Amino acid sequence: MTVSDTSRLVLDEPYARPILVDGARDLASITDRVCGVVERPTPPRAWYVAITITSCLTLMLFAMVGYLIATGVGVWGNNSPAFWGWDIVNFVFWVGIAHAGTLISAILFLLRQKWRTSINRAAEAMTLFAVCCAGLYPAVHVGRVWVAYWLFPVPNQMQMWPNFRSPLLWDVFAVSTYATVSLLFWYMGLLPDLATLRDRATSGLKRGLYGFFALGWCGSARHWQRFERAYLILAALATPLVLSVHSVVSFDFAVSQVPGWHTTIFPPYFVAGAIFSGFGMVVTTMVPARELFGLKELITLRHLENMNKVILATGSIVGLAYATEFFIAWYGGNPYERFVFLNRALGPYWWAYWLMIFCNVVAPQFLWIKKIRTNLLFMFVISIFVNIGMWLERFVIVVTSLTRDYIPSSWGYFKPTAVDVCTFVGTIGLFLTLFLLFCRFLPMVAIAEVKTILPAAHGHGAHGKHGGEGRPGREVSHG
Amino acid sequence: MAERATNTGAGELHALLAEFDDVDAVSGAARALRDAGYRRFEVYSPFPIHGIERSMGLSPTRLPWIALGAGLTGTSLALFFQWWTNAVDYPFKISGKPLFGIPANIPVTFEFTVLLASFGAFFGMLILNRLPEHHRPVFENPRFRRATDDGFFLAVEVDDPRFDPRATRALLEQHTRRPLEECRDSGQTRELPGSVRAALVSVAALGLLPLAGVVWARSQDSSRPPIHVVNDMDSQPRYRAQAANPVFSDGRAMRSDALGTQAFGELPRPGTITTGKQGDAWTESFPVPVTPAFLARGRERFAIYCTPCHGQSGYGDGLVALRAAELQEQNWVQPSSLHDPLVRARPVGQLFDTVVNGVRTMPAYGRQIPREDAWAVVAYVRALQRSQNAAQADVPPTERAKLGAQ
Ligand code: HEC
Repeated sequence: MTVSDTSRLVLDEPYARPILVDGARDLASITDRVCGVVERPTPPRAWYVAITITSCLTLMLFAMVGYLIATGVGVWGNNSPAFWGWDIVNFVFWVGIAHAGTLISAILFLLRQKWRTSINRAAEAMTLFAVCCAGLYPAVHVGRVWVAYWLFPVPNQMQMWPNFRSPLLWDVFAVSTYATVSLLFWYMGLLPDLATLRDRATSGLKRGLYGFFALGWCGSARHWQRFERAYLILAALATPLVLSVHSVVSFDFAVSQVPGWHTTIFPPYFVAGAIFSGFGMVVTTMVPARELFGLKELITLRHLENMNKVILATGSIVGLAYATEFFIAWYGGNPYERFVFLNRALGPYWWAYWLMIFCNVVAPQFLWIKKIRTNLLFMFVISIFVNIGMWLERFVIVVTSLTRDYIPSSWGYFKPTAVDVCTFVGTIGLFLTLFLLFCRFLPMVAIAEVKTILPAAHGHGAHGKHGGEGRPGREVSHG
Repeated sequence: MAERATNTGAGELHALLAEFDDVDAVSGAARALRDAGYRRFEVYSPFPIHGIERSMGLSPTRLPWIALGAGLTGTSLALFFQWWTNAVDYPFKISGKPLFGIPANIPVTFEFTVLLASFGAFFGMLILNRLPEHHRPVFENPRFRRATDDGFFLAVEVDDPRFDPRATRALLEQHTRRPLEECRDSGQTRELPGSVRAALVSVAALGLLPLAGVVWARSQDSSRPPIHVVNDMDSQPRYRAQAANPVFSDGRAMRSDALGTQAFGELPRPGTITTGKQGDAWTESFPVPVTPAFLARGRERFAIYCTPCHGQSGYGDGLVALRAAELQEQNWVQPSSLHDPLVRARPVGQLFDTVVNGVRTMPAYGRQIPREDAWAVVAYVRALQRSQNAAQADVPPTERAKLGAQ
């Protein structure tokens, strides 16, 4: 069936419905467009160039981790008084980025923001890859990696159990639950699309592989019914989960008594920052990816603009949080707290602090201007600033407080080592490698979901009186 | 897409398959079947069709209840487990926090609830949908591949009590222009061949073996040191007691205090009581009164400090000596028997000096044993020597009768 007369799709909603998908798109052409990326015999040359670079970086990461395990945590710059250094900074950075995917797929789903359908798949994949990068740090920073399983309550010959009242253990549960639920959510959404790839596959190997992972999905109404219910439940569960994860990460700091960390503003402030950084990363990767794989009609400027609006909103929240921290430090009257905040802005790490303010608070404000918000180059540059700024935020929090706590005799200055830097650059490589592989081998856009927002999914209202189905403009599906 | 009517497969007739142009047509056909009392029919579409469950007369799914049950299981399991591990099995006192208190145990409880509820939703969906199920009769129809692209299908199973080859066909044809197809079940791919299944089962069983081995080893008692894959701090390079070390001029690995080292509170007071000497010679008599209480104290101290090497009765057969003999240690010097005529002949002052300052390979115990106690130990050593070398004549006459009686 074709809808060639509908060059722009407008759904009948209480308010004017924006364009969700550009161009003349019928069901088959959506399938063709998305599956075409995966099915084309060779990917674009840029893909090869990119994956060569990123996989070299990934190899460097493995080398660094191997070196660390063989030698000890001393190869990093962590040392008295800053026993937390880039390991924790990078952990929090990546976990933060991991928040955008689930936010887009769960919270925007519950809020019925239909524009999410064409970006949620890629964003969820980014969540998973960012969690991989994040999870690496706590695992290797324990020093004796081979006993990292002590983090989990496993019966052991020491007859000891971990301390469940410690925020570090909460963290283990929060991050591992988050990784698991995100994986389930992502995989479940993939099932129908894997079945599509299976049914279109030309070679036996592809058919076998996609078929194996599609679990025999056949698109029957009974299956869809339970599928949609499960998707709704997972979204409802993932929503509080995503808010809890960065709250728990912030407890790692807030529950301690280090000045500058021991504040109640941390959970909401961390969550806002996480969403901010996550959307920053989504824009950073989607702008080139949609160009590269010819998905401009599915991932439209409108999507990018919406994400930029979220960046603007959360960036402003983050700015407000910085101001509030300063106000409370002064208003609370605690001299240590006051000192730490003055020290952040004027102390040895002033450069990091002001760079962070520029990247996180000033740069996103340009997004108020529609011209900038809808300009690919500008939004890409701003999203890079957001990434840098949010990394610096974690750096400022971790390092300024640790190097200037209560006893001046133990003050210090944190310096990363080359291994620190290479490990971090390596995780960027890992993240991008996984993302590039994902773009090449899995459908980047949720095919079945996008179909539900086409007019073809709505019917023509011929039998409206029977059950309400098929009324034009009615909301068609939950997923 | 070819729209030839193809009767695929050779097996038993399974269902009548109809393809439709759009959502409306397939929904209409589903309603017609529902109203005609059909139950065993299925609609296939590339995306969920809104309201199709009502058109087909399906009842709502039980999935939310499964997820709820799984979630509540998670809540109670997490609470119970945290309470049992941290308050009962391994009471963990830290920062003055209560062993179990809801606020500190909420985060883990929450995460675990979400985890299990998600498992309930995801795996519940798979189980209720009977996935994975890689074979279905409809898959044998090549046209059916479009069900995941842009095709809308409806299959009425022949098992449906209402199914009638002609009437059902007529009913479906009212809703679609496209030719109907007979969907046959060749059953070819339904089951894995027996050999493959046997292979899978045995691989799975073999895979469990190592795990079973670990569990078995774990449940056994063993006197051997535990196997550690990574040796952590189990075996560090170090010198063992009494080992030789050529680095030092005296060849001893265990170092004694540098000459003239004096610990706090141990400045030696001059006099027999601290040196064991009278003039230049070892004293032959005790500089402290020897009472039964004093002897008892000496016996107690002896048991603590001397028996590990010299043994309960002083023959040099303490546990350390036995262990060294069993390990066949090289360079091992047997602790002297205290009943050796040479040792028995030593003046008490010299024995005292042996305890306080050590002798040859025997270490000094002056650090652990205060001077008065050292004298008590010496007094007890003397009593011990006496007891092991006594003649019948030594027994008081009043007690001698008892000896004979025994
Ligand atoms: C670590 C083991 C050890 C302990 C404990 C120990 N000894 Fe000895 N002792 C020896 C050894 C070995 C010798 C033999 C030294 C040699 O011949 O080189 C010895 C020798 C002696 C001798 C004979 C010395 C001589 O003049 O030949 C006496 C007496 C003696 N120990 C008394 C004691 C008393 C009393 C205690 C308790 C305070 C004690 N020992 C604790 C290992 C020990």
